Amino acid sequence: MAWTHKHLLGLQDLSRQDIELILETAKSFKEVSSRDIKKVPALRGKTVVTLFFEASTRTRISFELAAKRLSADTLNIASNVSSTSKGETLLDTARNIEAMNVDAMVVRHSLSGSVFILAQGLKCSVVNAGDGCREHPTQALLDMFTLQEKLGRIEGLKIGIVGDILHSRVARSNIWGLTKLGARVTVCGPATLMPRGIEQMGVEVCYDLKKVLKESDAVIALRLQKERQQDKFLPSMREYSRLFGINQSRLDEANNHLIVMHPGPTNRGVELSADVADGKQSVILEQVTNGVAVRMAVLYLVLGTKI
Amino acid sequence: MGLLIKNAIIVNADKIWNKPQDILCEDGKITKIAPSLPSADHEIIDAAGKKVLPGLIDIHTHLRQPGHEDKETIETGSRAAVKGGFTSIMCMPNTSPVIDNAMVVEFVIREAMRVGLCHVYPIGAITKGQQDGELTDMAELKGAGCLAFSDDGKSVVNSRLFRLAMEYAKMLDVLLIEHCQDPLLSAGGVMNEGIVSTRIGLKGDPAIAETVIVARDIETAHYLNARVHLAHMSLKRSCELIRFAKSQGIQVTAEACPHHFTLTDEACVGFDTSTKVNPPLRSKEDVEAIKQAIADGTIDCIVTDHAPHTKEDKEVGFDGAPFGLIGLETSLGLVMTELVHAGVIDLPKMVDKMSSAPARIVGLANKGVIKPGFDADITIIDPDCEWTVSEEGFVSKGKNSPFIGRTLKGKVEYTICSGKIVYKT
Repeated sequence: MAWTHKHLLGLQDLSRQDIELILETAKSFKEVSSRDIKKVPALRGKTVVTLFFEASTRTRISFELAAKRLSADTLNIASNVSSTSKGETLLDTARNIEAMNVDAMVVRHSLSGSVFILAQGLKCSVVNAGDGCREHPTQALLDMFTLQEKLGRIEGLKIGIVGDILHSRVARSNIWGLTKLGARVTVCGPATLMPRGIEQMGVEVCYDLKKVLKESDAVIALRLQKERQQDKFLPSMREYSRLFGINQSRLDEANNHLIVMHPGPTNRGVELSADVADGKQSVILEQVTNGVAVRMAVLYLVLGTKI
Repeated sequence: MGLLIKNAIIVNADKIWNKPQDILCEDGKITKIAPSLPSADHEIIDAAGKKVLPGLIDIHTHLRQPGHEDKETIETGSRAAVKGGFTSIMCMPNTSPVIDNAMVVEFVIREAMRVGLCHVYPIGAITKGQQDGELTDMAELKGAGCLAFSDDGKSVVNSRLFRLAMEYAKMLDVLLIEHCQDPLLSAGGVMNEGIVSTRIGLKGDPAIAETVIVARDIETAHYLNARVHLAHMSLKRSCELIRFAKSQGIQVTAEACPHHFTLTDEACVGFDTSTKVNPPLRSKEDVEAIKQAIADGTIDCIVTDHAPHTKEDKEVGFDGAPFGLIGLETSLGLVMTELVHAGVIDLPKMVDKMSSAPARIVGLANKGVIKPGFDADITIIDPDCEWTVSEEGFVSKGKNSPFIGRTLKGKVEYTICSGKIVYKT
């Protein structure tokens, strides 16, 4: 099975085989990060730019480390130092960077679909590091990698995604990816943050967290943005936490091999209590570790080099 | 000397004439129709093989001037109109300054006359500055030439003010055109709220933002025994509400745009900003319902909602791009292809929807029919000519069309306004 995609814009566009190839490739790269000399020459001479128009620590660093461990040269541009504040359009900014002979651009932007503008207008590869509410494919890939590692498979697993589904690109990418790999996905969260027609993406909707925890093999808790309360989606953070916050006593009532995931950064005490975030069922830090391996695989595949 | 159209198969809203006629136009009027008229010293058009229609009338267009001349001017908009077969257009008041005082009305009329391609009727704003605060001096605006009033681009959200506007418009016997959209429900949505917006993560504008205002306006018209015209209906539910209102004898008329009966929200998945329009492209079910409503008379007329924007305006991503697409040059082709050739309506009904009904709704007494004594506004089409929409082909300043690349069947050959040829292919 050969990789045929120049860009990674989302999991919507990938086949099951494509996703499995990324996960397989990531397995071999995970070992690299555990070596004393954490570097392979796969992308030597390639230049990878991270272009972030939204704040991010984890994802940007993860991509940067992934590129560096493949021996690519990296450059990081954050929106506050880019020219977009001077009125250059997104595409103009990207074209100017590309003109310096860049091979791949890793982009995060607050507009859904912004990566399409870049993929259409640039000659280099574009890797989506999160576009608006649409997709965050590498997050979903590292979630799937972690699930596979922890539970041995994805096919047939029952996965709960809990929180603000409406605004979540992590939820969307996971829904595309997990359903393609044969998992059964249930989304859980306040009805006001449940996008219309979500069932048609092949998921179940359940408003009862207790039931979701009981029936799932893993749950992915999503970060709840504080602004959602100002936008009146929620009566209060307290009420949210009471209905949809995952705490230890709720976990105790659920299936005891359930694993808890979170894309980070967590609002401790809102979507996850501290004891759960740090508890034995949490795999949050392993997700972060796996993120580097998955991003190495993605960069390696889109840049089309051979080891 | 006049203009003589020979061998014309005339299509009026009531019928297609089965024998070719000659039509003589003199001094801006249609003076004679007969099987054969002497050529004399008249300018001659041979319309053999074509169809000859009353000039198309678009009661919903945006010409952008004054204020946004980079997007369109009265001159370029008029040129686009006549290329699309329109002899009369009504332009919306959301210019800068807003068409809310007699001076701006007079400017638009004067500039349109200087351009001299088609009749341009400015629509006055309902509220000063379209600010939803105070009514405009509607009587003065009517005196300056406004036949209709609208705050198009948005609703009159304040329901009391809308009621007052309707009472006032009734007193003056002018048409009130309402853009139906509750902004609090739309809440910044950029496309139709539904499975497609859910999939691609764009902010959804819910159907109820339109239908609650449709319902409010119908109830207000009923209460005041006044009339209202509902702009660019996009939903099955809106059609059902209007159908019900008409069955009750409520004085409501409604319009629809070609993009709302030819495209669905699936068109937005590539994030092409020319598919960002207000009201948004809806579901397949809605598209079918709009066609049905055009066929059964629930929707009275077809308009373009021609909304030109510059490339720079539109090339800023889907969320940031302004709403609107251009329609003057593709309207007839789309209606011919998707409604007439597809068997939804016949040619006379198309003439009704695109000429006679709009003339009737706004009160253009001498337009919308080819008949001696009526204005010599005539559109000659080749109903079977196939052509492909291209960016280079547009004469409008706006190139923001989602139909680029589409092949249409039905093309304007001549546009005649006040007895003068203002466009020929």
